[in-house]
Amino acid sequence: MSKSPPTQEEVARHKQTNVMLSRVAGSLYWMSRYLERAENLARLMDVNLQILLDFGQVSDDTLKEHWLPILRSTGDEDLFFELYEVADSESVMEFLTFRLENPNSLLTCISNARENGRQVRDQISSEMWEVLNDAYHYLKAADAAKLWDGGASAFFDQIKCYSHLFQGITVSTFSRNEGFEFIQFGKYLERADKMTRLLDMKYHILLPKVTDVGGAVDAAQWQAVLRSASAVEPYRRFYVADILFSKVIEFLIFEDTFPRSLMFCLEQMDDFAHLIAGTPAGEYRSDGERRFGKFLNNLHFTTAKDIIGRGLHEFLFEVQTEISAFGGHLYDTFMYHPPVDMQAEIRFHQQQEQQQQ
Amino acid sequence: MLFDNYQPENFFDEMFTADGTTRPHYRSVAAALNDVDPIEFRNKQTAVEASFMRGGVTFTVYSDSQGTERIFPFDCVPRVISAEEWEVVEKGLIQRLTALNLFLHDIYHDQKIIKDRVIPPQYVLSAKHFRREFMHFEVPKDIYVHICGSDLIRDKNGQYLVLEDNLRCPSGASYMLENRAALKRTFPELFKASGVHSVSNYPAELLKVMQYCAPANFRANDAPNCVLLTPGVFNSAYFEHAFLARQMGIPIVEGRDLVVRDFKVYMRTTAGLVKVDVIYRRIDDDFLDPSVFRADSLLGVPGLVNAYRAGNVSLANSIGTGVADDKVVYYFVPHMIKYYLGEDPILPNVDTYLASEPADCSHILANLDKLVVKSANEAGGYGMLMGPWASKAEIEEFRKMIEDNPRNFIAQDPISLSRHPTWTEESGFEGRHIDLRPYILYGEKIVVTPGGLTRVALKKGSLVVNSSQGGGSKDTWVLRNSVPE
Repeated sequence: MSKSPPTQEEVARHKQTNVMLSRVAGSLYWMSRYLERAENLARLMDVNLQILLDFGQVSDDTLKEHWLPILRSTGDEDLFFELYEVADSESVMEFLTFRLENPNSLLTCISNARENGRQVRDQISSEMWEVLNDAYHYLKAADAAKLWDGGASAFFDQIKCYSHLFQGITVSTFSRNEGFEFIQFGKYLERADKMTRLLDMKYHILLPKVTDVGGAVDAAQWQAVLRSASAVEPYRRFYVADILFSKVIEFLIFEDTFPRSLMFCLEQMDDFAHLIAGTPAGEYRSDGERRFGKFLNNLHFTTAKDIIGRGLHEFLFEVQTEISAFGGHLYDTFMYHPPVDMQAEIRFHQQQEQQQQ
Repeated sequence: MLFDNYQPENFFDEMFTADGTTRPHYRSVAAALNDVDPIEFRNKQTAVEASFMRGGVTFTVYSDSQGTERIFPFDCVPRVISAEEWEVVEKGLIQRLTALNLFLHDIYHDQKIIKDRVIPPQYVLSAKHFRREFMHFEVPKDIYVHICGSDLIRDKNGQYLVLEDNLRCPSGASYMLENRAALKRTFPELFKASGVHSVSNYPAELLKVMQYCAPANFRANDAPNCVLLTPGVFNSAYFEHAFLARQMGIPIVEGRDLVVRDFKVYMRTTAGLVKVDVIYRRIDDDFLDPSVFRADSLLGVPGLVNAYRAGNVSLANSIGTGVADDKVVYYFVPHMIKYYLGEDPILPNVDTYLASEPADCSHILANLDKLVVKSANEAGGYGMLMGPWASKAEIEEFRKMIEDNPRNFIAQDPISLSRHPTWTEESGFEGRHIDLRPYILYGEKIVVTPGGLTRVALKKGSLVVNSSQGGGSKDTWVLRNSVPE
């Protein structure tokens, strides 16, 4: 069954409703990134709280060794020590959850996601907006003191749940137009970036002795990394094997059927960037597109062994650089609109008016 | 049950007559509400407020990302207007907007009404919102005010009176729509037997108005690009701007999204510059174009006025309409109706004294403790003196202001606004004062949305219904059919 051909008016109207302001594109992108960031943060904190429970006796030193790598991986170590003296569970969790001074705390991320959503409320579905709003009010109402008395896990679950709900609602209520592409691009960019930081966390964790590599503590830490990525079960299904450093890396970096693996996210970024730019699949038209395409292509010819040989940390740093360059390229091309020089504009239009008279 | 202890007291009550009989057009609502258990009613009242919070149907109290947001408190008992009453209100509003529009056209062209000495010239020419720059400018289709929200009250005899006209950027239509949606979800049973006019057409009608007033040089078989211009997310009415834009399916833009080139307005999109034809602006004249009006405004679009003058873009409402909602000019609206239409006003004004008329002024100054004094261009319940409730100091402050600048003040006898049963936490239903803001759209013809925003003064005894002053709102029903006595 085919639709009747649209009237001229309908075509014109369609054209109009599909115009997207650069500012709107930017807000959709940031809304999505911030929510994804919040979800990753919630997962990271949840997992690390649970690992602590396995340690049994916890001394100040072990706590410090536990939380410092996490602060380093999010890049907020300096800011943390401006605000706190000791990195213990409560201070780190408060910093990462409620502190508004921390630009990457859960509350800041959710507030920013909601604020960006509010800027484009006319563009997103009511259901999408309500989830953002719910998440915000949930966090605002949460009480840090009560949280540490045992409810933390349920709390972080709820945050993850809001993010999943939002993504699910987006898929089932949002038209597959340009706006959708910006939302997806933002989500996968953030997820890819967070995956590199998660993998890198292990770099910062010092094992007590070199001989511990491959030992029980090492395995437990790699398992935590997998859990932070919701990847323990898929990993097990895939390898039906013990948790081995090289296999974990292989899975989290290259397994392109798993929706949080680095490769999966990078491929999605590439796909949505093509849709946004209107570049046919497989073609690369701007310098930014070519650079990312080349990087992605090289990655297809790289193995886990190559990466370990070169150094995981160095590899991850390169990926972060590429992600950030490509995100910047898309932002500059489609979302950024240079601020108007008001005074120059005013002078220009006043002159025009005088010439008219 | 719910209304067993209700006392209309010595006021005009919308729902009950003085002897406690339910008015005919309220019978089905009263019957349905009487079946509701008070606890259930309270639960529903709480639920509906939670759902407004959840949906973000809020206004911002102060502005930062952590700004406090409040809902506009909602009372679940609907205000019902009979078919007969509405017929009069509707005719009266159409008459009024017709005359106001003719006045605006006249004032910006030949000024006959001044030459014929119906309105003294100084009142018009000194009006704060009179835009001399727009003399002899032809607005598309000769329509100045496309969206009007006049505030109506009822006095102790139940007579509808016009309290003021809002001809610049009247707000609240989104609450009219959200209130209806909320009541339908909470109390579907109330609607069953009543036959209530739908209000949901408002956004579609508004879009039609915008398309109708597209620039004169616009090609007839293209659909004009319409946008809603907002001051931005920190504006207290931002919820409404986003809501209306979404309902109409048009982009909501801020000044920084627009740029003017070659006397045409463009928006900056992911696909480059796209021309804009019609702008529903929710920014006041003063902030609209910093190259013409206030140069320090960062909200507006430099060059917009040039583009408007060149006839390349239409504005709803037009520029300079504020001259007609100056409270001193309000005094003359009945005269305008007579002058332009040769008719008697269907909806009277509230009796008003002008402080700039010497006789009125001495009456005002002698009776400040008995009158309501308003400044000519304030809104939202600001710049007002409620004489009978004011302190000595407040009265003296206003006395000085009136003596210094009589042009800026009017005074009215306090009206005993009608009351409506309204839920209170302390003692169930009590009478609270209400007003009504219907929404009037002027495009191909003038259309009054059957309903409007009923605002209610939630504080006991208070006459002030503004959201910024502790007011709430109600769903407003216009009945389709007349109800037998």
